[in-house]
Amino acid sequence: MERIELDYPAKKKVSNGAHIGVVGSGDLEVLLEPTDGETAHVSIRTSVDGFGATWKAVLDRFFAKYEGAVRIQINDAGATPGGVQLRLEQAAEVSEQ
Amino acid sequence: MSNLPSISNFISRQSFIELDARERAIALFDEGTSRELVGPFDRIESPWLAMQDVTPQEDDGCVVMKGKIGGQAAVVIALEGAFQGGSLGEVSGGKMAAALTLASADNEKGVSTSAVVLLETGGVRLQEANLGEAAIAEIMASILVLRRHAPVICLTAGTVGCFGGMSLAAGLCSYVVMTRESRLGMNGPEVIEQESGVDEFDSKDHALIWAIDGGEQRYATGLADALVEDDIPQIADAIRNLVLKGPPPVYRSSQVELYRSRIAALDTSRQWDPKELRALWSTKDSTEEKQ
Amino acid sequence: MSENAGLRGTVWFRAITGQASSMPGDPKSVLTSDAPLGKEQARFLCVVPDPNARFPGARHGEVGLEEGYTLAARVREIVEQDKGAIKRPIVAIVDAKSQAYGRREETAAIFLACAAAIDAYGSARLAGHPVIALIVGQAISGVPLTHGYQANRILALDDDGVVIHAMHKAAAARITRRSVEELEKLGKKIAPISYDVRDYAKLGLLYKLLHVENPEKPSEQDIRNVQDELVGAVADARRGPVDLRNRLESKEALEMRRATLLVRSKLEAQWLEN
Repeated sequence: MERIELDYPAKKKVSNGAHIGVVGSGDLEVLLEPTDGETAHVSIRTSVDGFGATWKAVLDRFFAKYEGAVRIQINDAGATPGGVQLRLEQAAEVSEQ
Repeated sequence: MSNLPSISNFISRQSFIELDARERAIALFDEGTSRELVGPFDRIESPWLAMQDVTPQEDDGCVVMKGKIGGQAAVVIALEGAFQGGSLGEVSGGKMAAALTLASADNEKGVSTSAVVLLETGGVRLQEANLGEAAIAEIMASILVLRRHAPVICLTAGTVGCFGGMSLAAGLCSYVVMTRESRLGMNGPEVIEQESGVDEFDSKDHALIWAIDGGEQRYATGLADALVEDDIPQIADAIRNLVLKGPPPVYRSSQVELYRSRIAALDTSRQWDPKELRALWSTKDSTEEKQ
Repeated sequence: MSENAGLRGTVWFRAITGQASSMPGDPKSVLTSDAPLGKEQARFLCVVPDPNARFPGARHGEVGLEEGYTLAARVREIVEQDKGAIKRPIVAIVDAKSQAYGRREETAAIFLACAAAIDAYGSARLAGHPVIALIVGQAISGVPLTHGYQANRILALDDDGVVIHAMHKAAAARITRRSVEELEKLGKKIAPISYDVRDYAKLGLLYKLLHVENPEKPSEQDIRNVQDELVGAVADARRGPVDLRNRLESKEALEMRRATLLVRSKLEAQWLEN
């Protein structure tokens, strides 16, 4: 079990939270909540150790476009980078509805 | 019970099985009346999984929603089959037992409140063993109390099915609703093969598994009250009808003399084709009403 | 331990009730006796091995189809007899290694046979009968759920031969891909998965853990002590509500079942909101 914490600058206020996904084998759960301030914080818990660099790459890519001031929690059970990307985008979309 | 669907029915079907637990629960309520209780943002997760290198889920794989079904108060408790096989841990089991107890309390205050339990589960979560078992016992106890007031409806749609200790809980319910894809049985095929050998049960023989545990067989042998298509409106209708029907005149799990005599009449010297049981156990000779 | 599987049940049943037989017409695998407990009569029940059982999967003390329905019938009989009268105690003596695993069992819906016993025990408790479970040996998987866990009070012997769990060690090791030794070690850190009854006692589900000198061959003193404890459990059950809340209110539960208590109180708080 590995915990990874990441921070990104945030410019936009977000009004709604979002919850996406299931901690199924090869899947993940994303909880997105609005916060105050100018930072977005990501907490990752994953049962597959040793992929810190991959997680950072995926989150860097997501936050290159996403500017929301949010706290994101990820509970992961072995999703692919593509799967993570998809769930993050779904969460962002739902929170903007 | 419906006949074989026509092609156009099949294409326009909205699959219930493809929904996750949360979506399934919402689908059963009168539109706009449901709200989730103790959802993921309350963050009450299993205290036991992370220390065993299993990633927890924030709702612990159990979704509780309150709302109205057919205009009547109802609670839906849905197990997420994709999370740890829908297994019962301390928190998910505790949520289910507590929701059933709270529904009973509402009934006692004069608000008729039914419960629908969506069971996609292999039973006890091994990583929580004795606390999972304790929770299941408490769920059973609360079903026995609630069913006296209002229907406790078990819905098993697939793909996980309802196995282990929770199949016993299904046996206590007022009504059991299944699809052809779903299964209901105490011991899964792999467990039987492991304990009693492949001749006793070849767990790779899918036809055999569904012939014994499948929804069609259970319905045809009087062990399920309704067999529904994997179609959201049909399933919601079936559930609504049972909520409005109220408690059954008699419970399957209370029909001890009937089942004792049925068991006594079986020829145990051989294995049976499960279909043989359909003629022996159809509901014609029991006091159950046919759906 | 496994050589004695299912023998302790018979030994303790005979020790406490003075006999060890089934009722006429019942399968020999279910012992039923109406015997004195303190100043009153109680019904005692136990599932034991019967090598001549009709179902091949139920010959070594497993709880199978016949056992589930027989337990149900014998419990319901007492409830029926005691309508409008004093509710006699019902004591489940537990030592069974598993439910019956077989194709016949699944086809003939063993899930319902076990549910019938659960219905009977639970309904008896709700009707005011003090239902007591005494675990003297194994109580694994479907066994405690079917025969014991609907009791008002659960007692267990403090002994290595008492194993209460969701799955026996060999199968659990196989499924979790650990060795049995690793499982045992993990159980020392994580009480709910331990196979040791002393760790089980920390969960708050037990009314009492009973020390006896000889669990395999109880002495006169052992038997008297256990009978006294059963009498005490009956009295305690009668003093309390008919539900299972004592398993949440015990000192141990307040410690080990905190997540349960938290989710219950949160659910109750949100239930009423609107």
